[in-house]
Amino acid sequence: MVTYMPNTPSGPRVGLFVTCLADMFRPSVAFATVKLLEQAGCSVEVPERQTCCGQPAFNSGDRKTTADIARQTIDAFDGYEYVVGPSGSCIGMLHYYPEVFDPADSYYQRALDLKSRSFEITSFLFDVIGADALQDQLKLLQFNHKVTYHDSCSGLRQMGIKQQPRQLLQQVQGIELEEMEEAETCCGFGGTFCVKYPEISNRMVSNKTDYISNTGAHTLLGGDLGCLLNMAGKLKREGKQVEARHVVEILAGMTDIPAIGEADYDLAQKL
Amino acid sequence: MEINTPFFKQRAHDALKDENLQKALGNLKAGFPEKRAIAVDRMPEFEELRNQGRDLKNHILEHLDLYLEQFESKVIENGGQVHWARTSEDANRIILDLCKQVDAKTVTKGKSMVTEEIGLNDFLEANGVQPVETDLGEYILQLRGDHPSHIIAPAIHLNLEDVSETFHKHHNRPKSDDPAVLMQEAREVLRDKFVAADVGITGANFCVAETGSTIIVTNEGNGDLTQTLPKTHIVVTSIEKVVPTLEDMTLFLRLLARSATGQEFTVYNTLSTGSRREGDQDGPENFHVVLVDNGRSEMVGSEFQDMLRCIRCSACMNHCPVYGAVGGHSYGWVYPGPMGSVLTPQMIGIEKGGMLPNASTFCGKCESVCPVKIPLPKLMRHWREDEFQKHLQPKAARYGLAGWAFLAKRPALYKPYARMASWFMKRLAGKKGRIKKLPLAGGWTDWRDMPAPQGTTFMQAWKEQQKAGEQP
Ligand code: SF4
Repeated sequence: MVTYMPNTPSGPRVGLFVTCLADMFRPSVAFATVKLLEQAGCSVEVPERQTCCGQPAFNSGDRKTTADIARQTIDAFDGYEYVVGPSGSCIGMLHYYPEVFDPADSYYQRALDLKSRSFEITSFLFDVIGADALQDQLKLLQFNHKVTYHDSCSGLRQMGIKQQPRQLLQQVQGIELEEMEEAETCCGFGGTFCVKYPEISNRMVSNKTDYISNTGAHTLLGGDLGCLLNMAGKLKREGKQVEARHVVEILAGMTDIPAIGEADYDLAQKL
Repeated sequence: MEINTPFFKQRAHDALKDENLQKALGNLKAGFPEKRAIAVDRMPEFEELRNQGRDLKNHILEHLDLYLEQFESKVIENGGQVHWARTSEDANRIILDLCKQVDAKTVTKGKSMVTEEIGLNDFLEANGVQPVETDLGEYILQLRGDHPSHIIAPAIHLNLEDVSETFHKHHNRPKSDDPAVLMQEAREVLRDKFVAADVGITGANFCVAETGSTIIVTNEGNGDLTQTLPKTHIVVTSIEKVVPTLEDMTLFLRLLARSATGQEFTVYNTLSTGSRREGDQDGPENFHVVLVDNGRSEMVGSEFQDMLRCIRCSACMNHCPVYGAVGGHSYGWVYPGPMGSVLTPQMIGIEKGGMLPNASTFCGKCESVCPVKIPLPKLMRHWREDEFQKHLQPKAARYGLAGWAFLAKRPALYKPYARMASWFMKRLAGKKGRIKKLPLAGGWTDWRDMPAPQGTTFMQAWKEQQKAGEQP
């Protein structure tokens, strides 16, 4: 069953891939994604039968569970013109689905099909909808701060996401983007890596927070909550005064919500 | 060589605390990657070259037997001999026999990772033949009883101070910390060794099937003296190094130099073709090639075949954030970095080598710089699959994964669990918005705060919002 929300009937019908971390840690990121998709004229639905993309199983070498979850996700997102989510890593996992099926398996073709219509949000907005699809909304936004952008690994190297979020951000009034050193280097999150090899992960994230604070940015932006939780958690532990947000929060004008790890915010009470 | 790979974690811990090492690793980071980037920028067709390199290597691997046989017959035609070594032990025995045949007391050696792989130096020494490393880095390491921590810059883990002390101790000369003086010192000491050596052992970057030639590329020229002065030249290399033609070889030379050091061409590119012919001014009387297999032929046709494309340029480790943090010795055996994380389990077994393919965030940087486009993260993932099937992963990780999988496959159960977890962490965080210590997640909270969730899940909030929207 899908929850249907009628909006612009003419636009493409998009299934939102929520991602576990947005679901559990920062629902506001998923709400921001919905808002942007609707502003771009899409009708957004949230398939009920989605859970995780299966990446923990895939990267732990558990092919059977990966295939089970892949089937579940393929079924859940059947029939949508597009599948969009706020993470290059999770959508990247959807793009790996064809690898987990034998070409003779009926799910193989369906996996290829899902791959062809699933997109990370900034890439969807910029590459599919078009560079100035949101210009009317974005130019009304004001964010008078210096920001720096971390390129998450899967988004960058697997999905080719680099310019899309930057081009969109530049349309926001007052924003100043200062690139950090080694913006493309891994932050050390790596899913279970950060708990399996905490000391190495710590070194990597410490390098990162140095580069971030060297820019003098007020806010760190990125497109993946895993990396952002990691970097925000380290910035906080080190007492560095840099806020961290998912890029969609800026693009959707949702900066009234406290930044990641910043202050008390109870979504349950707002409902 | 001793296998310390199972202690990767402890070694990484020590490496992170070792200030000297960290300083040396800092230099590496600023060195090779930047030079490579400049060289690649200067060559618009580099990407196309990488594709060609990948395709050509794939072709070679499909016809490996053919090219190896052609190579062998050409070597023989040129007055040399080829020896096939299935294992390290076979290789060592063959090499020792060849040394014994000419009654060798000392052998000079050019840099060769394959001889590290088979543990040649220890074996020769134990059998009364003294090997002398002539590559500057390897020479320093030999004096220190140390091993390479990098495949092209073996002593990258050392600082100038370390070298100065080592030379002072072994050369009986006044201490100097001037690199030029140290270099001269090494030259002088090594000159005598070159002349005295009975056998010269080198590796080979490539073996050319059409001519029966082997080639080594160096920036020091030590290899030339190693292979031309002694009576016997033994090339120790591995079966995947064969390329069909000289022309093909040049494709890889172009890729190799740029990927490794950012040079357009390595300084010395020395081809050896057979033994000395009549009228030749120099060259060895005996020319031998030892072709080591050591697990490689098993990789042909397996899910790890792509790894055999490797041309040992080191770009993957130079760009690897894990290697950059812990250095090569942490990996505990011969080959470090991403290429080592794939090769090592093949050679020492996944039971001992399993730590390595797990020590990766799969950031993909290695694959993005590899000149022959080896999908290194994917190959590491294949090792994890092997481990998973053999139940080699730690119990906690296996049970954790199984529990998570149980929920992830049941959306109706998953949702309330996610909501509970979110609620629970929110309560733990209190008003601060972050958690300083999270039970069962010490790996995280020992080093960083855990940002607090927003108290409920998106799925729940969305449902409630939809419901509210439906009400009149
Ligand atoms: S795996 Fe690729 S990048 Fe690494 S050493 Fe081999 S050829 Fe070079």
